[in-house]
Amino acid sequence: MARYALRRLLIAIPTLLAISFIIFALLDLAPSDPTANLPLTIPPEVREKIRLSLGMGEPFVVRYFKWLEQFMVNEPLNVLEQWTGWTIGDSENRLRVLSWATRSPVVDLIVERLPQTLWVVGMSYVIAVVIAVPIGVISAYRQYSLFDQIGTFISMLGFSIPTFFTGLLLIVIFSVWLGWLPSIYDTTHVVRDWDSFVFQVKQMIMPTMVLALANASQISRFMRASMLDNLTQDYVRTARAKGLRERVVVLTHVLRNSLIPVVTVIALGVPTIFGGAIITEQIFRVNGIGQLLIIGIEGADIPLVQTLTFIFAILIVLFNLIADLIYGMLDPRIRYD
Amino acid sequence: MNSAPVLEVDGLKTVFGTRALAIHAVNDVSFSLREGELLGVVGESGSGKSVTMMSLLRLLPSPPARIEAGRVMFEGQDLVQLDDAGLRRVRGRGIGFVFQDPMTSLNPVFTVGFQLMEPLRTHLGLDRKAARKRAAELLALVGIPSPEARLDDYPHQFSGGMRQRVMIAIALACDPKVLIADEPTTALDVTIQAQILELVKDLRRKLGMAVVWITHDLGVVAGIADRVIVMYAGQVVERAEVEALYENPTHPYTRALMETLPGVDGARGQRLRTIAGQPPILTAPPAACPFAARCAHVHDRCREANPPLFEVVPGHAAACWLASPESGARNVL
Repeated sequence: MARYALRRLLIAIPTLLAISFIIFALLDLAPSDPTANLPLTIPPEVREKIRLSLGMGEPFVVRYFKWLEQFMVNEPLNVLEQWTGWTIGDSENRLRVLSWATRSPVVDLIVERLPQTLWVVGMSYVIAVVIAVPIGVISAYRQYSLFDQIGTFISMLGFSIPTFFTGLLLIVIFSVWLGWLPSIYDTTHVVRDWDSFVFQVKQMIMPTMVLALANASQISRFMRASMLDNLTQDYVRTARAKGLRERVVVLTHVLRNSLIPVVTVIALGVPTIFGGAIITEQIFRVNGIGQLLIIGIEGADIPLVQTLTFIFAILIVLFNLIADLIYGMLDPRIRYD
Repeated sequence: MNSAPVLEVDGLKTVFGTRALAIHAVNDVSFSLREGELLGVVGESGSGKSVTMMSLLRLLPSPPARIEAGRVMFEGQDLVQLDDAGLRRVRGRGIGFVFQDPMTSLNPVFTVGFQLMEPLRTHLGLDRKAARKRAAELLALVGIPSPEARLDDYPHQFSGGMRQRVMIAIALACDPKVLIADEPTTALDVTIQAQILELVKDLRRKLGMAVVWITHDLGVVAGIADRVIVMYAGQVVERAEVEALYENPTHPYTRALMETLPGVDGARGQRLRTIAGQPPILTAPPAACPFAARCAHVHDRCREANPPLFEVVPGHAAACWLASPESGARNVL
């Protein structure tokens, strides 16, 4: 297993290099101008100077490798220095990936935004999994029962209605009509005592529920289908013929087998947590990663967009590997030797 | 041979109900199993052998299957009426079950040891250590080499024959009074089949349980059974001691089945004999002899009423009008 993981990690390096090149090239080829949002009073020659100062005068290959060096070498070194307090080489003058819009290091921006995203989107994912697995199990075990019918109906709604609709609907109901919950997520809020904790929970409810509904709909359908596949297997009959309790038959024998494909689906969904739920963050004004990406795209902040997109790519490759490893742990028939 | 029956089935009827139609899979089946006896159950695919035996332990998914009538007496209890908890105490404890396909009958994600220890811990209340010891003994009993080490292996690490041995070990784990084996050798190749047959014969000698052996292979039955019931269209059509059945098969269906067996001696026939047609799918309880359409001796009465079992000689009965005492046509057969 360790050898397999190591080999996969090594294979990931060329994969990620190829992805980084494609991301860089795509964004570079896209027509955009970082000075377009500046006031119209700035004369064209000054604009040209601004562009040159951002490094846009260099040839494509030079810019790509410089970005690569900054992202792959300089930024990790910087993170290492911050964690350990060491000084490695000429850390003062090391060039970092800078945002064109804010002139601050991109990684610092991301670190600033990450907690909000992890709290709201991460929590919604946890809730989704916790809700979806039991719903899927019960729906499959009591197929076509009232519970299953209602579960199917809600899943279809959650699956097909986009989050910008459910989000606005919740805001209209719970913020506008009932006035129970705040419609805007206050990032500066600090939890100090019970009251501030209650406020934090209140402002998290709507964004997490909107996202949880969408995720839970999907995962519960996978869970249900997988359970149904397994409930009719011969080994289930064997387990019953052994005189085991129905609870043991379903929750030990069937569930363990059914979880194998579902765990993969869940693991592959984790990178989207870090990617942030762009639309939902926008609706509830959660200034997380998703919102940062939108701002970057709107402002033609190419370094920011490149870096974020590449981080998502790394996470996807990583969680693909993790999913495969979990698969191997759950299913003894799969051995990575 | 005249000891009391351990299992007595009386008038069992099982129906698969779908919204549109009902399939009558088991029609008024009665038989008894004596202590320590091996009862062979033969019939074509679709004759209701497996469904009958699974109905005994209510192992069929319900819906669509439901038992409409009948009694299954085991240890003074009617398994048809028994509550779930009572039924669980019979399953795996009093009656062990071996299924047809060893490749799919074991759970692929648990070790063989875990699956073997489950009934031991559930029914006998053994702790982990005692259950493990007993599980290793059971694997040794069914002839699996280095049993202690193999407890930690997964089913996919066993061959088909070895997996069927494991299934037998699981069925025998709690020392049941009755073992129901549902075509346990059908999915195995012939040499492995012979090994499993030998194993069951041997285990019967050692443990003395009664066995119901379902098969479509008359050769297998001749080798191991004490008594045989022949099933057709969810009914018992003939019931006899094994020698009597082979010497004097009475029901035309039994005779037809025997004629399909190629002989090993004598001149080689031009073609293998078959029984033309298919067993019927009954959408209503049979009102006529279900074999009439395929029978060489069919006459008007066969289409008017379904023959009950007539006793030809004591211990030998056949459900055919030609075997009825008043027909006088027994010599024809």
